[in-house]
Amino acid sequence: MTDTLTPVLTAHWDQPDIFTIDGYRRSGGWQALPKALGMAPDEVIAIVKSSGLRGRGGAGFPTGVKWGFLPRGDNKPHYLVVNADESEPGACKDVPLMMATPHTLIEGAAIASYAIGASHAFIYVRGEVLHVVRRLRHAVQEAYDAGFLGRNILGSGFDLDVIVHAGAGAYICGEETALLDSLEGKRGLPRYKPPFPAVAGVYALPTNVNNVESIASVPSIVLNGGDWFASMGTEKSKGCGIFNLSGHVAAPGTFEAPLGTTLRELLDLSGGMRGGHRLKFWTAGGSSAGILTDQHLDVPLDFESVAAAGSALGTRSVQIFDETTCVVGVVLRWTEFYQHESCGKCTPCREGTFWLVRLLEQLEHGQGSEEDLDKLLDVCDNITGRAFCALGDSATPPVTSAVRYFRDEFLQHQKEGGCPFDPAASTAWSTT
Amino acid sequence: MPFSDQVRARLDADAAQIIAKYPGSRSALLPLLHLVQAEEGFVSADGIEYCADKLGLTETDVTGVVTFYTMYKRRPVGQYHVGVCTNAVCAVLGGNQILAELREHLGVPDDEPTPDGQVSLEHLECNAACVYAPVMMVNWEFFDNMTPASARKLADDLRAGTNVTPSRGPGRLATWREAARILAGFNDDQATDGPPAGPADLVGLRIARQHGWTAPEPGPAGDQAKEPR
Repeated sequence: MTDTLTPVLTAHWDQPDIFTIDGYRRSGGWQALPKALGMAPDEVIAIVKSSGLRGRGGAGFPTGVKWGFLPRGDNKPHYLVVNADESEPGACKDVPLMMATPHTLIEGAAIASYAIGASHAFIYVRGEVLHVVRRLRHAVQEAYDAGFLGRNILGSGFDLDVIVHAGAGAYICGEETALLDSLEGKRGLPRYKPPFPAVAGVYALPTNVNNVESIASVPSIVLNGGDWFASMGTEKSKGCGIFNLSGHVAAPGTFEAPLGTTLRELLDLSGGMRGGHRLKFWTAGGSSAGILTDQHLDVPLDFESVAAAGSALGTRSVQIFDETTCVVGVVLRWTEFYQHESCGKCTPCREGTFWLVRLLEQLEHGQGSEEDLDKLLDVCDNITGRAFCALGDSATPPVTSAVRYFRDEFLQHQKEGGCPFDPAASTAWSTT
Repeated sequence: MPFSDQVRARLDADAAQIIAKYPGSRSALLPLLHLVQAEEGFVSADGIEYCADKLGLTETDVTGVVTFYTMYKRRPVGQYHVGVCTNAVCAVLGGNQILAELREHLGVPDDEPTPDGQVSLEHLECNAACVYAPVMMVNWEFFDNMTPASARKLADDLRAGTNVTPSRGPGRLATWREAARILAGFNDDQATDGPPAGPADLVGLRIARQHGWTAPEPGPAGDQAKEPR
């Protein structure tokens, strides 16, 4: 039986100098790249495939399979792009990972680049985290100085340049094709697929885009073997992952656990809800999936089980709200976010999120009628599946799930002519 | 007024370094915009013209990019640009109240500096620090677990020029323009300042240590000893 918590990526986050190359090497770092360079690229891909690692950025696509999509022997430049644009509401795993252990990411990026035949790797990091940008740049320079990056790495004949590229503020750039447009110096608009990035990515050349946590998982998989990683987690959701618990809990924080853990288990470990309060609703994978309630405390947090419960594991961004919280207000905030972040390319997403905000504002203020709830769901119907990228599809599940579980609360706003909740009771400094 | 020859010469040296990093030159546009923002504190028409000229783009192309991204400012902001997260978790835990009180306290519209030029304010969407809610940022450094009182004190200290230290960051807060220069690609000497992680990042690790929990040992023996759940 695997232990309840399984720190791998987070195992050395309290070592004061872990973000330096010396600190990382003292904890066993930079040993996986030499091992990988002693193998054929396809052998490295086979190990990652055998680990069962699935994309940790939310979509859950098998990482090794994705690497295998890049052409072989095409004599074209290939590129690795690390998606470090972490912006999903509730997600705070990649940013702390890069703050603490930038070398884990860079070593993983070097191995991945070798496997897919790339001689350039970009780390596209959101610009709003200045110290992370500093740490990444510093670590990249240390890796060059130590001969882990640059020309003829460790005498293998493999060349790699790693470029830390700071974004400039746009949630949509977490979508992989929008990220590629942004990396090319354009507005971050999603591209039509196909062609997929593996065929025509950055500069229309074969490109592999992976999330930070996916790439950072590679060094330990190469060192310990695919079976080791696959021995954790569930049959279809293998390995461990980082879970962020935020909101009305006694101890908000980060937990690295096998996939398939439950919210009940994580809450039991960390002291449960804040004193005197009970769970009302929560997200498993950020705001881009439907909310869940206290009836879902025992849902295994793996890709399949959370999907079966009507939500998505996504980025394991567990946002927890207690009974003092107005669900209409929270959904309004999320919807305002999607409206703001919609790139405007597709009419259903651009106009639909605008109308969702208008309707939710009225409902939150106790105006409108019960018919407006139907109108709300109708607008959602006209966004879902009708937009170019996942942002449109992400904007509607919070709304539809909130109406499903808390229809009476929407109606209560109308009956009382306003929001029945006191926002002061929800604050971190509330004493009630 | 276009950049002086002296400014242009300085920018040209930096721009050449940035452009040389990329296989395709237009990829240098976002960093170049950070660079001209570092020069002037915002992206002016001159800054746009400069970037367009460097990369062989039209000013229209560049303007379209500038307006897409929220970190580029078209008018001067404060020496210290303060953001309050009001995405759901932060908002509910008190970000809404903090923002409302700071707006009243500073008395300036969002994105406009106080009369002394020291501080400007805006609301932010999720900045990837939810376990520290309510979160604020100053020049893109983290200020965790804020309250209305600590937020007011932070704003007052920034206006008074008192050194403030981010929760998880460097010893000295970069100015708005210095921060933009780092984003453009030129680090200051503070990368190794500060802790590797904050307390909330370590909650799970501490619990695992207390229980003696670890990932399985590698190797066939480890695999047999720890069956999949």
